[in-house]
Amino acid sequence: MSFQPARIVITGIGLTAPNGNSLAEFRQNLLNGVAGVEPFDVRYMGRLIAGVCHFDPLRYQTRKGLRVGTRAGSISIYCAHEALKDSGLAFDSVPKDRVGIYVGCTEHGNVETENEIYAISKFNYDTKYWSHYHNPRTVANNPAGEISLALGITGPAYTIGAACAAGNVGLIHAAQMLRLGEVDVAFCGGVSESIHTFGIFAGFKSQGALATHEDPKKASRPFDKGRNGIVVSEGGCIYTLERLDDALARGAKIYGEIAGYCVNSDASDYVLPNPGRQAECVKKALVNAKLAAADIHIVNTHATATPQGDIQECEAIRSVFGQGCPDTSINNTKSYIGHCMGAAGALELAGNLPSFDDLIVHPTINVDDLDPLCAIDGLVLNTPKKVAKVDAILNNSFGMLGINSTLIVKRFVA
Amino acid sequence: MTKDACKQIVLDIIADIAPDEDLSNIKPDVRLRDQMQLDSMDFLDIVMELRKQHGIEVPEADYIHLASLDSCADYLTPKFEALGK
Repeated sequence: MSFQPARIVITGIGLTAPNGNSLAEFRQNLLNGVAGVEPFDVRYMGRLIAGVCHFDPLRYQTRKGLRVGTRAGSISIYCAHEALKDSGLAFDSVPKDRVGIYVGCTEHGNVETENEIYAISKFNYDTKYWSHYHNPRTVANNPAGEISLALGITGPAYTIGAACAAGNVGLIHAAQMLRLGEVDVAFCGGVSESIHTFGIFAGFKSQGALATHEDPKKASRPFDKGRNGIVVSEGGCIYTLERLDDALARGAKIYGEIAGYCVNSDASDYVLPNPGRQAECVKKALVNAKLAAADIHIVNTHATATPQGDIQECEAIRSVFGQGCPDTSINNTKSYIGHCMGAAGALELAGNLPSFDDLIVHPTINVDDLDPLCAIDGLVLNTPKKVAKVDAILNNSFGMLGINSTLIVKRFVA
Repeated sequence: MTKDACKQIVLDIIADIAPDEDLSNIKPDVRLRDQMQLDSMDFLDIVMELRKQHGIEVPEADYIHLASLDSCADYLTPKFEALGK
């Protein structure tokens, strides 16, 4: 008899997105076409646009905690608390050394380093004015470590650097650790504080990949002919994951089951995507999930609204879902919230999970003039679509240095 | 610079460092650490803010003088005066 890995289920979700600070608010805004992009001042660059989160950090942190910690830590703490609360876990009775924290990040430390350099610039760059908090703020495990401190979790707590695939990879890694029996409960997903570093805006601008639009809410426009780049956003989404047996034993609410996944690498370019490898990632995830392409009812695309990247992902999707998949709907969530970087995969999946219950696919908004090269069958554009069945959701999340991730979540059926 | 003015400067710094603390009843002769939650990183913050805001250097060997408001005033007031404040 072949090895049967434990079934892993999602039992809690905590999030903050530029258009919502809970799953309910986020979902409602996705269905109502409400984008969350706004004007935003960036050091050295002036007024740009960004996706900004407006959660109340003092709900779960002291003012001192906010002063000492990082924005990524603050986002992580908020999301983790919300995910814990949503899970209904009796946390007092959970052994804290059996809880794992796996947080995906695109980058971490740029914000804090830039802040310190700016601060010492006021003192003629004398490094004796450099903050003693610099190192604890910039260590790569900071966002996960801040959750550990906030919740008293003594199990493994670390971040996973996976560029913009990181949100998916956080979930995938957590599922693997649960299956290995390393932990009994996992808080996992992704976070991003990237809007607070000018470097990411300047880098995308130099690359010709930073979105501009007179109306910020229309700036993120994947698949539209007029798309001109990425809207940089902050955000976070942390899930509570458990083995199915544990979740059932405590009567937990189950959002869905991790059906399968794949993480692979292009090995072809620092920044340019590789549709062949993306398609391979999707196909391997389907095999891992023991599903056919036609079994997928929603594909959440990674598309970031760069002129070339969208076309290449559409090419990959067309090669997998282009024929014989009449019940597969394809959407994009960045059109509402911009690119939440390390949080993107986790947030975008969360935005789609309620479809298991309401059987509605939220659309890609801001598509006034569909690029024919992005015209793939099943695209849901501008208006929500009611469908007969949603049993499996496939979530793509890709990143620089050619990292691809695909995560499939299926409706939980006992 | 009076010692009371010096104590107020330190209190203003502490108010920024420990914004959740009620500083209205701080006893000047009792160790700050015994009256509120201040860790070693917070004391480094006091040292840093004295440096940034007032140009005063506190060598590591002298950190002990920052224990209470009274000891702060005894130690820092001559430093402020030396700077003509």
